[in-house]
Amino acid sequence: MALQEPRTFTGTGGETLAAPDTLRILTCGSVDDGKSTLIGRLLYDCKLLLSDQIADLERDSRRHGTAGEGIDFALLVDGLEAEREQGITIDVAWRFFATPRRRFIVADTPGHEQYTRNMATGASTAELAILLVDAAKGLSSQTRRHALICSLMGIRQVVLAVNKMDVVGFDEVVFARIAEEFGAFARRTRLQTITPIPLSAREGDNVSAPSPNMPWWQGPALVPFLEQAPSAPGTESAPLRFPVQWVCRPDRSFRGYAGTLASGRLKAGDEIVVAASGRASRIAAIGLGETPLKEARAGQSVMLRLEDEIDIARGDVLVAPEARPEVTDQIAAHLVWMSEEPLLPGRPYWLKAAGRTVSAQVSELKHHVSVDTLEETAGKVLELNEIGFANLSLAQPLAFDPYADNRETGSFVLIDRFSHATVAAGMVEFSLRRAANIHWQSLDIDREARARLKNQKPTILWFTGLSGAGKSTVANWVEKKLYAAGRHTITLDGDNVRHGLNRDLGFTDADRVENIRRVAETAKLMSDAGLIVLVSFISPFRSERRMARDLVAEGEFVEVFVDTPIEVAEKRDPKGLYAKARAGKLKNFTGIDSPYEPPERAEIRLDTTSGEPEELAEAIIAYLKAHGRLS
Amino acid sequence: MPHGLSHLDRLEAESLHIIREVAAECRHPVMLYSIGKDSSVMLHLARKAFYPAPPPFPLMHIDTTWKFRDMYAFRDRMAQEAGMRLIVHVNEEGVAAGLNPFDHGANYTRVMKTEGLKQALSHHGFDAAFGGARRDEEKSRAKERIFSFRSKSHAWDPRNQRPELWHLYNTMIHEGESIRVFPLSNWTELDIWTYIERENIPLVPLYFAEERPVVRREGQWIMVDDARMRLMPGEEPQTRLIRFRTLGCYPLTGAVESKAFSLAEVILETMGATQSERGGRAIDREASASMERKKREGYF
Repeated sequence: MALQEPRTFTGTGGETLAAPDTLRILTCGSVDDGKSTLIGRLLYDCKLLLSDQIADLERDSRRHGTAGEGIDFALLVDGLEAEREQGITIDVAWRFFATPRRRFIVADTPGHEQYTRNMATGASTAELAILLVDAAKGLSSQTRRHALICSLMGIRQVVLAVNKMDVVGFDEVVFARIAEEFGAFARRTRLQTITPIPLSAREGDNVSAPSPNMPWWQGPALVPFLEQAPSAPGTESAPLRFPVQWVCRPDRSFRGYAGTLASGRLKAGDEIVVAASGRASRIAAIGLGETPLKEARAGQSVMLRLEDEIDIARGDVLVAPEARPEVTDQIAAHLVWMSEEPLLPGRPYWLKAAGRTVSAQVSELKHHVSVDTLEETAGKVLELNEIGFANLSLAQPLAFDPYADNRETGSFVLIDRFSHATVAAGMVEFSLRRAANIHWQSLDIDREARARLKNQKPTILWFTGLSGAGKSTVANWVEKKLYAAGRHTITLDGDNVRHGLNRDLGFTDADRVENIRRVAETAKLMSDAGLIVLVSFISPFRSERRMARDLVAEGEFVEVFVDTPIEVAEKRDPKGLYAKARAGKLKNFTGIDSPYEPPERAEIRLDTTSGEPEELAEAIIAYLKAHGRLS
Repeated sequence: MPHGLSHLDRLEAESLHIIREVAAECRHPVMLYSIGKDSSVMLHLARKAFYPAPPPFPLMHIDTTWKFRDMYAFRDRMAQEAGMRLIVHVNEEGVAAGLNPFDHGANYTRVMKTEGLKQALSHHGFDAAFGGARRDEEKSRAKERIFSFRSKSHAWDPRNQRPELWHLYNTMIHEGESIRVFPLSNWTELDIWTYIERENIPLVPLYFAEERPVVRREGQWIMVDDARMRLMPGEEPQTRLIRFRTLGCYPLTGAVESKAFSLAEVILETMGATQSERGGRAIDREASASMERKKREGYF
């Protein structure tokens, strides 16, 4: 193929560039279906490559290319060194091309199954997806998986680009069969518009202009189709949603609320309410930098002033009074899991939604969604790249819309509280109205009153450490001493609780999380009763110990790390468990084939190799006295 | 039904959102300011995001001491107009070692820019730093997140980036770690120019054609900006009508011959360009993977 001289994309007619709009596109499909090649072709056909870039491309094509003497367009977008060497695409690449009518922002996402999370990332902001299929191979499970992710992520329009038509002799029958098969699958998803187009990215057929090789094709070529596809449909006509991002108070005379309109329109004089508090006011003025605006609409980022001084903070959502979102702390949502560490129901995560970050946990994993068959299957945990449907419980109520109605106010991410990794993408399906129906019963006798009667401060002493570390032995000594001093106590022991309250639980990570959640809630009830609670549990994970700590007030939770090296604990082996675990007769044993995460900042650390249990118990009593927990 | 906003309006809205998100969630942010056209757009957006308040973070210039004279004058004026504190950081170790762009090439850039930046970020304890990089500039940039996470040693791990969904940016970090934030990620060079024109954003005069003293070196026009410029045997400064498409250290920045005196003419020229914008920077012409390596080491 001869190289053309690059030209400007305005062409010779010199069309003006007056305010073109944008379409955000996602390209996806199986490995080797030609995504990167198609994007390279689009850049090339739209004359966006400059002479030095073409020279680089020719050089790289000779060195790494897979197109023989021709140009390997994929090399344009496979940016990272590692990818060029291995010939695969491992991350989302963002590309930009333009025609006189429109600018395009393209997320090129990888086809490998293990990088599903990157595809969900690209899909989250896309308005249209180009799903590639290799004409010679037909639909694969990847094709279906990607279509489902597009549907789940709220993309409604898909171009099914049946690529490599040159390889099948531009055969209409092959194309029709693939288009029909995909149509049948897509009808079961929420995809609304499917446009199949037969093309060859490498040869340029039906990419920017109709192909002479496929005279039977009466539909549009790809680029002309993209130029007129609707972008971000419906967000302006949806009810007003304005999540407050920043409260601006440079001096006493000015109080503004900055943010981006997630949907709807706004003009001065419009009535608004704060979703959570229900407080109402009217828009006094709208500004964008120094420019006052008469009106703002979905997608604009503006500064509002209100007629009344009402209490508004970052994360509050200003909404239309006649169409308010649900304000709830219980939601049902789809989750795309993005972490190597599986989702464990009951474990607390950070949930970030527009402007707000709150603690949240999955209260129930309802089912997994199979991305090949759309079937719902049961499961206790969610692994990397799996999609599930779950109920979540939030520490505070937030304003949500169903994701199908509003992508901005119906979405959230989950963040690991320790690694700070983004572990899940969440799409709200509906709010569970449980929060509205189960109210806190207010009681006349409160925890302070009960504790006063006992003349003590309720405290939770949380003993953590390996099996055989000496937790129960020391806890037992502490309780004896407290009892002798006339204190009211209770001990929750790991082994004992598993005989009753938790006898339905095993030793998988998911069950260990639930085990601790129940014990933590029980300890809290006991401390509400005014008791000093001694909890003696291996409790191997930091996240769950943190959850227990967060249930009670600062200072009421005292973490006691019974720090015994595993060699010592194993030598003691009072119950013969280490021997069994070593022999492979006991699975998921902490320290052997299940991890123990030591505390980073325990209030008390006990070294059981250098002191007798009774001395260690004395140290704990001394700590309680020194910190005002014990008179 | 078409979306109501124009392409530039959507880009602007996205950038304002990103800048405010950092101000709302990060403890101690700073805006890296390199005086070029992208920095000028970024600064303009920062002022717009918080108006009528000034941006709630300082500007910081990592100074190699070899910038064009026009750039220094412009920098001081802009910081003052914005009402922002300006921090200028020079890697004094590099200066003491006598590093210069003539003798030390890539090493000079690494020490004065990359090391200088790391020093300054650590010294001031900034947990977030805005940069004006765009994804269309270079292949490895195309894959970088808007919120790009850096380890305690300021390194970037391209295989371990956080997924970035919707407009929900995860800003959580541990003590000592930091985030580089690129609010112009989705802008192209042409977007930058058309926005500068629309918003009437002031620029360093070097972007416009003028007769300037230059020498021809390795196929590029290099400006003789002050008496420190070291001439090679046979080099004779001559006056040419030139301008710059990108600004850096003057002995390392190639000019193009141009008659673009106005913004409109610059835009026309940009659209007709046959060389990509970084083609003029010596730093980017080494290996095609050099940028990725630099970024792993902590280059912006």
